[in-house]
Amino acid sequence: MGIRERLSGNEAVAYGMRQINPDVVAAFPITPSTEIPQYFSTFVSNGTVDTEFVAVESEHSAMSACIGAEAAGARAMTATSANGLSYMWEMIYIASSLRLPIVMNLVNRAVSGPLNIHNDHSDAMGVRDSGWIMLFSENNQEAYDNLIMAHRIAEHKDVLLPLMICQDGFITSHSIENIELIEDEKVKEFVGKYTPEHYLLNDKEPIAIGPLDVQTYLFEHKYQQAEAMRNAKRVIKEVAEDFEKMTGRKYSFFEEYKMEDAEIAVVCMNSTAGTTKTVVDSLREKGVKAGMVKIRMFRPFPAEELAEALGNLKALAVMDKSDSLNGAGGALFEDVVSGMYTAKKQVPTVSYVYGIGGRDTTSKDIEEVYSYLQEVAKTGNIDNPYRYVGLRK
Amino acid sequence: MSTNIDKNTPASEMTIGGNIYKSGNALEFKTGDWRSVKPVYISEKCKQCGLCFPVCPEDAIPVNKEGNREDFNFDYCKGCGVCAKVCPFNAIEMVDEGGN
Repeated sequence: MGIRERLSGNEAVAYGMRQINPDVVAAFPITPSTEIPQYFSTFVSNGTVDTEFVAVESEHSAMSACIGAEAAGARAMTATSANGLSYMWEMIYIASSLRLPIVMNLVNRAVSGPLNIHNDHSDAMGVRDSGWIMLFSENNQEAYDNLIMAHRIAEHKDVLLPLMICQDGFITSHSIENIELIEDEKVKEFVGKYTPEHYLLNDKEPIAIGPLDVQTYLFEHKYQQAEAMRNAKRVIKEVAEDFEKMTGRKYSFFEEYKMEDAEIAVVCMNSTAGTTKTVVDSLREKGVKAGMVKIRMFRPFPAEELAEALGNLKALAVMDKSDSLNGAGGALFEDVVSGMYTAKKQVPTVSYVYGIGGRDTTSKDIEEVYSYLQEVAKTGNIDNPYRYVGLRK
Repeated sequence: MSTNIDKNTPASEMTIGGNIYKSGNALEFKTGDWRSVKPVYISEKCKQCGLCFPVCPEDAIPVNKEGNREDFNFDYCKGCGVCAKVCPFNAIEMVDEGGN
């Protein structure tokens, strides 16, 4: 039946990590993810987990320690935000190319500068092509549930890729909400034991990891990573089905909210989906056929499935909580529209950049987006596809 | 997964991340052609003190059953000269690979 609790996003994730009881956690504190290793270290001190907690001197070292541990044959986890992730950047690519299924909690925060500790998605967008599986979470419940599913996905023999679970800094990480937790034994059984086929501490099989990969080989190894990412779609679906059997909570690549007969819709990720659902409800009461799609699985990107879900709309807005500063549109916008173009689905689509540096995004802001979409749906004309909401111009 | 991977191996048969699932394969990689200078072993001066072969990074100084060193294995000797440096008896002389 589950355990009824009320926890912040960080508390929920630390609770899940305690239940998973990984072999190694290596982390360095950075706002707003600091509480995750902080709470977890109390579990280590209290003996409720038998994890080796490595209090490293930097995030570069945190990811390096996770890589070493995972290569040795251990299950390793970490947490970070923004500039912590930037400092890991080199090792982020090493982790994925060495095919080490490390699991990381990324509490999304704006990458400096100018210095800002609040929520946007610029940290996550900076590693979107690094070969990590990326799952986004609307609230504490989804951050916890994605975490419980993470190892089964990352460690699957057809995948073997690191995985990060994103949640919005402060908005989710520090807000206390109701949550339904899973019993310890059930989590233990669901996650299972980590049994890598090849690992450095296996004295029966001496191996070398990370050798020089010259022109003759790197192309094929990158192709293998790309294949693994394609395989991950199937595995993410299978694991979600098992998770639903255990908890009754259903997880798809993305959530479709009132999309059956929708004429206009917004695509977004993380906590903004909660605000958007409220706006959709009020628009529906007024007879506006509005819908919303919230992306959970950002990497691998569900391009075909999204094109199918969005293809019959009259107008679409894709919301990016990070400005790609490329003069053409946000990262999520580009992924969505290229998927739709490839699938020959032509819907008038606009890019909205919003919420940068923790700027509050209210229902009024989202209403403004839908109101523009209603106009586009009527006329079919877009005066400017590269738009902002909540910005003082 | 193949362990003998070369330029003709398709991606589907390569190990992930370039992992090597067996030991001792440095033998297959002959580093001798990196050499620009080479060591010459002067056996008359050698006292078999045993200082040279432990410092060789390529294990290119063979040691026989009696524990005595023999002439260099030039398949692997890169000509780094560490052995010549440690020899107290000048029994190893570095000369240009060119022949002089």
